[in-house]
Amino acid sequence: MIPVIGLVVGVVAGLVLQPTVPVGLQPYLPIAIVAALDAVIGALRALGERRFDDRVFVVSFISNVIIAAFMVYLGDQLGVGSQLSTGVVVVLGIRIFANAAAIRRRIFHA
Amino acid sequence: MPDAPDKPETEPPGNRFRKPSWSQVVVAILIGSLAFAITLQIRQSKTNDYSGVRGDELVELLKSLDSANERIGTQIDDLTATRNDLLSSTKRSAEAEKQAKQRSEQLSILAGTSGATGSGVTLTITAPDNAIDAAALLDAVQELRDAGAEAIAINGVARVIAQTYFLDGDNAIRVGGHDLKPPFVIEAIGDPHTMAEAVRFRGGLIDRVTNRGGSATLIEQTKITITALADVKSPEYARPTS
Repeated sequence: MIPVIGLVVGVVAGLVLQPTVPVGLQPYLPIAIVAALDAVIGALRALGERRFDDRVFVVSFISNVIIAAFMVYLGDQLGVGSQLSTGVVVVLGIRIFANAAAIRRRIFHA
Repeated sequence: MPDAPDKPETEPPGNRFRKPSWSQVVVAILIGSLAFAITLQIRQSKTNDYSGVRGDELVELLKSLDSANERIGTQIDDLTATRNDLLSSTKRSAEAEKQAKQRSEQLSILAGTSGATGSGVTLTITAPDNAIDAAALLDAVQELRDAGAEAIAINGVARVIAQTYFLDGDNAIRVGGHDLKPPFVIEAIGDPHTMAEAVRFRGGLIDRVTNRGGSATLIEQTKITITALADVKSPEYARPTS
């Protein structure tokens, strides 16, 4: 319940405050979002399998975001920023699909 | 995430809601920040400026725009050249049409297929029957042609062109299919003065007609109009060689 409240508060805050993303953060935010989504989907899967752990979620969420952002940063420094961010998005997307498939199998048994 | 959960799910859900643990608040904060970031990013993506685009992507964009620009530039050059070609060819064909029209007018006067008007002379030959024969009439016509007559008609009905023949008939002269009787009125378009000189000189046409017992009078006119047309036959055997 509390996380749902957090979700609503976050959306409302984003809509009401309407801040602009700082220029320095702009390349990293999309990748960070995808990484965080991966963590959230993984948490949902763990929740469904009744082995959800707050601590694991928090650590995986933060580390996912930081590593993804760092990889994009590193790619930019190496001059392969767009390719590396594509790669990160692909890998995270595969993970999201895999977790979503596991959730689907558990719910629908299909 | 196979880690063993620290907190087994033994508490009833209602209890969890009433007394939220520290870690649950952290999870809520994280999810809230994710939602916040997503709304932020969606709003950002909707604004269509290039501030969020990477430098190398901008370079790629610029390159593709450059090449597109170049391509379109070549296209413009091609199309301009085509347009110029078409314009000049239109001009040329207009010029050719003008010339062809002029030529057609000249030829129609020459061939007697259209009427003609201009300065000229009217030569009237009166003579007793058979005093003037076809040869004499042809002589008169030739005299006028020598003097530069451009269009000739006799008695207003017989247009004299290249194919016109002169034949002696019964009490008449057959000129190009028309039976003509005296008096003969020859209208000729050309330089009136030259033609008058060509007819009047001593021993010339007028003298010859007088010798045959007739009389000829010539009137110079600034404007005469010939409406008689020659019958046009398209050539049956002759073909242009070019």
